[in-house]
Amino acid sequence: MENAVNWRPYVAGALVGVLATLSVIVSTKVLGKTQYLGASTTFVRAVGFVEQAVDAEHVKKNPYFLKEKVKVDWQFMLIVGIFVGALSASVIDGSFKLEAVPPVWRERFGGGVGLRAVGAFLGGIVAMFGARLADGCPSGHGLSGLMQLSVSGFIALACFFGAGVLMAALVYRRRGGVQ
Amino acid sequence: MSDQWLGLITGICFGALLQQGRVLRFEKQVGAMLLKDMTIMKFMMSAILVGMVGVQVAVALGLAQLSPKATQIGATVVGGLLFGLGWAIMGFCPGTSVGALAEGRWHAIFAIFGMMAGAAIYAEAYPHLEKNFLALGNLGKITLPGVLGISAWAIIPMLWVVFILCFVFFEKRGL
Repeated sequence: MENAVNWRPYVAGALVGVLATLSVIVSTKVLGKTQYLGASTTFVRAVGFVEQAVDAEHVKKNPYFLKEKVKVDWQFMLIVGIFVGALSASVIDGSFKLEAVPPVWRERFGGGVGLRAVGAFLGGIVAMFGARLADGCPSGHGLSGLMQLSVSGFIALACFFGAGVLMAALVYRRRGGVQ
Repeated sequence: MSDQWLGLITGICFGALLQQGRVLRFEKQVGAMLLKDMTIMKFMMSAILVGMVGVQVAVALGLAQLSPKATQIGATVVGGLLFGLGWAIMGFCPGTSVGALAEGRWHAIFAIFGMMAGAAIYAEAYPHLEKNFLALGNLGKITLPGVLGISAWAIIPMLWVVFILCFVFFEKRGL
């Protein structure tokens, strides 16, 4: 190891392990139900609220919204908390930075916000459809699934990453060959 | 009410740690998929190593219950692969998109809108999928200790060894 090891991801990650442990213990004690970290169900509830404002009857009849329940629950507030925590931490340590197009994207596709917006939107549709089908995302399946040694977590994480590696190679590597 | 407060407090800690681990950024997520920068893997694997010990101890002491997701081979694999394809282009996962927006990477808002649209489409497709696809290869809420018939305490040390070897590999290669 020539360069000094950057311990940041290891330490922050280990602390998430401590947080997840405290969270399952405290939620079981206080709420009577063990809560595991997760994120993607909240997107169902968020869009459920939007659809409710437009056509409440439709949401009431949809079996998926009935199953997941359109409400502000523990995980919904977890996501709100992620926003608050990330904003506070980035402002405090000065790493907050307004960015319209990420550097890796810019190198490949230029600095246009429109194309980045379309890519993020379409990627988001496919990813979330997949996450709901798989019943979890890298938080729910990846972190919480593996912590519980759940078989679905190992399978899902391998699929997430396998397809991600393939797609990233197709999208971001320069034409004319792999580096 | 208390479930919302507890979620909020847990989320604030989670968001601050995601931000301090520097895993919210597009280049870190795509960097891992390009096999050039393993920051998010170091972060996730460290969380799993500590969390799996904590969770299994908590469960053994009766302080928490396991709540594994069902393994539905069809849905888990197809859904997982679709997620990966979208993830590479979006550059965020559901949890990190919100944190990325919070640290000023405002293009994450398009990813968030896209994911809400994806959730809406899934809700419409659900009745059909439930009838014809979700039950395909449904093995139930299985865990490694259950399937292998060995204790979690035999599996956890093995995962520690494997993950630490991965960390050594990442650092040697400067990934």
